Amino acid sequence: MALLKSSKVISSLGNISPSLGVLSSRHSSWWGGLQMGPPDPILGVTEAFKRDTNPKKMNLGVGAYRDDQGKPFVLSCVRKAEALIAAKQLDKEYLPIGGLGEFSKACAQLALGAESEVLKSGRNITVQTISGTGSLRIGANFLARFHEGSRDVYLPKPSWGNHTPIFRDAGMQLKGYRYYDPSTCGFDFKGALEDISKIPEKSVILLHACAHNPTGVDPRPEQWKEIADLVKQKNLLVFFDMAYQGFASGDIDRDAWAVRHFIEQGHNIVLSQSFAKNMGLYGERVGGFTVVCKDADEAKRVESQLKILIRPIYSNPPMNGARIAATILNTPDLRSLWLEEVHGMANRIIKMREQLAAGLKSQGSSHNWQHVIDQIGMFCFTGLKPEQVERLTKEFSVYMTKDGRISMAGVTSGNVGHLAEGIHAVTNHVTNVSRATRSAPLSTGDTNTQRSVILCAGDKQRRLSTEWLHLHSHSGQKLLKSLDV
Amino acid sequence: MSVFSEVPQAAPVAVFKLSQDFSNDPFPNKVNLGVGAYRTDEARPWVLPVVKKVEKIIVQDESLNHEYLPILGLPEFRSSASKIALGDTSPAIAENRVGAVQCLGGTGALKIGAEFLRRFYNGNNNTKTPVYVSAPTWENHNAVFANAGFEDVRPYKYWDAEKRGLDLAGFLGDLKSCPEHSIFVLHACAHNPTGTDPTQEQWKQIAEVMMRRKLFVFFDSAYQGFASGSLEKDAWAVRYFVSMGFEMFCAQSFSKNFGLYNERVGNLTVVARDADNLKRILSQMEKIVRTMWSNPPSQGARIVAVTLSSPELFTEWKENVKTMADRVLLMRAQLKTKLQALGTPGTWNHITEQIGMFSFTGLNPKQVEYMVKEKHIYLMASGRINMCGLTTKNISYVAESIHEAVTKVQ
Repeated sequence: MALLKSSKVISSLGNISPSLGVLSSRHSSWWGGLQMGPPDPILGVTEAFKRDTNPKKMNLGVGAYRDDQGKPFVLSCVRKAEALIAAKQLDKEYLPIGGLGEFSKACAQLALGAESEVLKSGRNITVQTISGTGSLRIGANFLARFHEGSRDVYLPKPSWGNHTPIFRDAGMQLKGYRYYDPSTCGFDFKGALEDISKIPEKSVILLHACAHNPTGVDPRPEQWKEIADLVKQKNLLVFFDMAYQGFASGDIDRDAWAVRHFIEQGHNIVLSQSFAKNMGLYGERVGGFTVVCKDADEAKRVESQLKILIRPIYSNPPMNGARIAATILNTPDLRSLWLEEVHGMANRIIKMREQLAAGLKSQGSSHNWQHVIDQIGMFCFTGLKPEQVERLTKEFSVYMTKDGRISMAGVTSGNVGHLAEGIHAVTNHVTNVSRATRSAPLSTGDTNTQRSVILCAGDKQRRLSTEWLHLHSHSGQKLLKSLDV
Repeated sequence: MSVFSEVPQAAPVAVFKLSQDFSNDPFPNKVNLGVGAYRTDEARPWVLPVVKKVEKIIVQDESLNHEYLPILGLPEFRSSASKIALGDTSPAIAENRVGAVQCLGGTGALKIGAEFLRRFYNGNNNTKTPVYVSAPTWENHNAVFANAGFEDVRPYKYWDAEKRGLDLAGFLGDLKSCPEHSIFVLHACAHNPTGTDPTQEQWKQIAEVMMRRKLFVFFDSAYQGFASGSLEKDAWAVRYFVSMGFEMFCAQSFSKNFGLYNERVGNLTVVARDADNLKRILSQMEKIVRTMWSNPPSQGARIVAVTLSSPELFTEWKENVKTMADRVLLMRAQLKTKLQALGTPGTWNHITEQIGMFSFTGLNPKQVEYMVKEKHIYLMASGRINMCGLTTKNISYVAESIHEAVTKVQ
């Protein structure tokens, strides 16, 4: 719409704000056709949780560790490091594009092991990144620009929800390989090998180093060995995502085993690391991106290109978290304290898994919940279906992602009972009824006072005494009430 | 055989290479007039006293933790930062059509704005939409927009090298002849690298043409408070454009005016037509942020939010900002005086007429090379100097060296 310059015309129109010099109210907006973006599935769960007023509510959505009181946990080693740093009165000058040198070095050492031949020969380049997401993004951008072999990135099925949009926005194409077996709630090793053997050479394969997100299902060492061999045979570029080193088993070296094995086998991997969980530095955004190169010269060239990628995104990374992490990793007694605290966090998770499985058993669940104990790390892929998740949220105020993933970190000894009750309720066949009717006494041998109901689930029917229902199921009681029995 | 064997060595980013060379130079009287960071009269970095105070408050507050911020950032930071740019009593804010995204520094704010525009401005594929940046401009502007997918990043006339001032006619000419709907990156104040800003009257002319030709306004505000010493004065252009009714972005940096360089504190202020538009814009920006860095770093934003929300700390901050701005003004005045006293050929009024951290000296590349190699005074090849690198101790040496360069090297 043209700007009307004539003052006569302007004065003849009503409703013009004195503060506006032009008829902006008559102009259309640039963004009129813009649609509302969908809420982020993971972080959106927390928003919904906050709005819930149920005192028993549980946030099992985002993967942030909580202590047994359900509170965020600031590690002591972090507080101590912060005090040391504050005393140093450092300036706030820009970091180099690649970040804090002492951090990058320590970060690489943590993943690769201090004795790594890669570190000794200087054939890795490690840059500080904006936590795990920033690391994956830089990695994706780097591959999109410099990896000639292929545009395809193969993710395990399923993978962290944000992997797909990160790689896609960077210009890569997403494909998948079988990983999770819903029938066992475990690793589909055979399916994974079959699918990997079909991947065209030079494609990128993304592997979760430990504590797979969202399933908690990790390959065993012998399985990793076979995968490493096959991947080498197929000449694939390995992209490791390690967001939970230390958090999975409680032992940082054990959790890095797969990464180190692949490198020893000759894979020149790229690697993303996050310190959000294992140091509790979530909001400080501490991460690293590593490229293992052929030699130091190649590492220098790759470094120069990483800087060119980083500069137009955010210039250089934030200091605070990297300084804390570097201080912890490089100060012997802080490092020991950290290892203890990581071990403690992992142990609490393991305990909660045991308590949840036990709780489900005592609720009378007929399902096999072994996977709750077998899975590792922060997340548990319960096996719940979307409708069941919805009920768990609506009726029990348990907030989790639709894929059935729960963050074990949000489970405490105080609320694990409520969780077991809820999961049992939504998975118990008795409650999945389509029809329920009163019926005549069970048999001529029954007393007159005994009554039963016929429960139908799909085309199955079952007759149960109301007494049984009353005794054995919270939901049965509800059902009886609703039937007015 | 390595997958990366063909990766070429990239040229280093010039301004950082300069700092590197400076660091490596053993010459005792070397001077660094390169990178844009404030220095005290002792040539040292300066952590603002108010920042030190607030950091102590934060460290001692046991109720604070390191949990994730929301994707769009710390709410108190976003709203108080936007108020700094637009003013407390901004009608746009009162009308609920101002929102913000906390980003990683000014660069991050430009990045998110650029990514959004490429996807959603004027249709949903803006790879061909021209983006205009001033000639010259901060070198990273080009890369930010190019990397966001804009294929056509062009210069608009800005600096008149001959008269050492704003080429207003050229600027307006480009505004009048460019394709409609082009995106323009405007420096809110203290233009980097020239230090030359349009006057209020000139801004009015610029705004009039931009409104008429439906050009998109994207302000880069990296020096608010730092230029004149007054937050209000330095925000005049941004606020004028808002009052004109533009839908616009303003990328704010708190690196310089809070001295929080390495904490990466930035804010992308979005001024929309109405609250509904704003909601949709922010929802899409969330998606962009999520695949870039998920959520922003908390430390720096907390420092700024605490400062801006306390009347006493806010006042103290303004005083700290004025301290920095005043020292720069003093160095400008002294440098000009010395050059005039030396009788250095040329006019040197531009040194005091220019504003902010930088001055475009007018030295040509050969003269710059002389300064760097012979005199160990490090400045950008463009002739840009950082006034903060000048101190009472080194200003005579610098003035004499400029005098030598101008008289010896043509």
